[in-house]
Amino acid sequence: MADVLAPRPSTPWVLSSPALLLFIGILLVPLGLTALLSFNVFDGMRGIQPSYTLHNYVEILTDSYYHQIFIRTGLMALGVTALCVLLGVPETLILARMQAPWRGLFLVVILGPLLISVVVRTLGWSILLGSQGMVNTALQRLGIVDEPVRFLFSMLGVVIALTHVFVPFMVIAVWSALQKLDPQVEHAGRSLGATASTSFRRVVFPQLLPGVLSGSIIVFALAASAFATPSIIGGRRVKVVATATYDEFLNSMNWPLGAAIAVLLLIANVVIIVGCNRMLERRFKQVFAS
Amino acid sequence: MKAEIGKNGWLALLYHTFFVIFIVAPLIVVALVSFTDKDYISLPFDGASFRWFVAILNTPDIIDAFWLSIWLGLGSATIASALALPGAIAIARHRFRGRETLTAFLMSPLMIPHIVMGVAFLRFFSLAGWSGSFTALMLTHAVIVLPYSLRLTLAALIGMDRDAEMAAMSLGASRLTTFRRVLLPLIMPGVAGGWMLAFIQSFDEVTMTIFVATPGTTTLPVAIYHRISQITDPLVASISTVLIVGTLILMVLLDRVVGLDRVLIGKK
Repeated sequence: MADVLAPRPSTPWVLSSPALLLFIGILLVPLGLTALLSFNVFDGMRGIQPSYTLHNYVEILTDSYYHQIFIRTGLMALGVTALCVLLGVPETLILARMQAPWRGLFLVVILGPLLISVVVRTLGWSILLGSQGMVNTALQRLGIVDEPVRFLFSMLGVVIALTHVFVPFMVIAVWSALQKLDPQVEHAGRSLGATASTSFRRVVFPQLLPGVLSGSIIVFALAASAFATPSIIGGRRVKVVATATYDEFLNSMNWPLGAAIAVLLLIANVVIIVGCNRMLERRFKQVFAS
Repeated sequence: MKAEIGKNGWLALLYHTFFVIFIVAPLIVVALVSFTDKDYISLPFDGASFRWFVAILNTPDIIDAFWLSIWLGLGSATIASALALPGAIAIARHRFRGRETLTAFLMSPLMIPHIVMGVAFLRFFSLAGWSGSFTALMLTHAVIVLPYSLRLTLAALIGMDRDAEMAAMSLGASRLTTFRRVLLPLIMPGVAGGWMLAFIQSFDEVTMTIFVATPGTTTLPVAIYHRISQITDPLVASISTVLIVGTLILMVLLDRVVGLDRVLIGKK
């Protein structure tokens, strides 16, 4: 390719060096220091000691208290992911079938909240889900429940609020997959005599699957490391990895242990994202290639 | 008769209605309760007032946090955009060893949980003696928002037509002139959109910032978070309403500059 800006091979590195330097200094170094910190000995009386140990990791990996936190976080993220698939996928299909002005309008209504602070959105849910809140009032008026449902300081409320926070990512992923899909294929299926449901099941859905799965990876990873929503809606009763890390750092002041939790969260996150993406690409090579 | 292809039935529209209610309900309820005239969270239908909006003006720590967040967003979005532009040119225009790794590295803040970055920056700041430094906070925000700016700038560079650039060069314009007079104006919508998205991401960031915020460097989302953790009063609702309205205005601006679908979905 003829290059207008410069032909020298060092040029791209010169151009990217400012960003690269910032990232090495303000991202790589702090992450390295945190990894190092996670091996530091911690003494309740004297704080962080200059000697190193595997004790922090051993404690997290053997203590059932931390197992519970990791399992709870995994289940919460799975629940949020499942709800995002159940709610987001049909809605994206409906959006795709809408006509010009409505489609753009509702796409903005559904994706726009991504730009609004998660603290604000969580506040909305904590008002809605209170025992005197609108959701409980409605459920009782409709006679669905007699007693107010306990949403706040419970996993149920956290999962509902997180689903609201992350469902736009699912819509984006499925929407992108839909854009690649040729509508003629559905027509072909129908004109060859398939019913609407068969053509959806056999023709449309298999092509959407990569989008659904990549959306699920994003939602799962984000939900597993979410902090503000589990902290505000769940409080101390629903402790997850992110809130446990926060407590170790700012309440117990056991930084090495908190750093070890953070390192494990980062490793789990990268393994899940990279692993699932690899699997996806292998499984759906033909879809991604097209 | 077969159902028509490409049309939503009434069941689909009913589902759609519930979905949209689910999405907007928490935002609408925040806006509604902020107009109450009571001292506690309640709907304003039996008494509305602006008193909780006036109350914001009498809460200096919120006003301070608001301005800090504004400056932080302006500074970090500008740094991120200024660094992302040459980086994006390198990635879009050159084929070199390590190109994929460089791209992955500059995009990595999207994949690293913010809680992990919070921990890392807290440790880093305390070792470097940067606790409470606004500049340090701004640099960390620049790292977090750079991927957004890079993504939109890259998209603009890849999508643009290079004929005008070639023409300018063949007519004798220098590389700098071509960059300034031809390339930059052509990719400006992408750069501007990236800057605005970076500003919004910085302004909204809470999970990382909460670790490094000191009394002098408390951002607005962190201040709201701490307030909500203690008490949910109509004041946090009215502050949030101001934020919602502010975001809506920015969304309209973003739509004018680059198109919201491009910003939110990434491509047309």
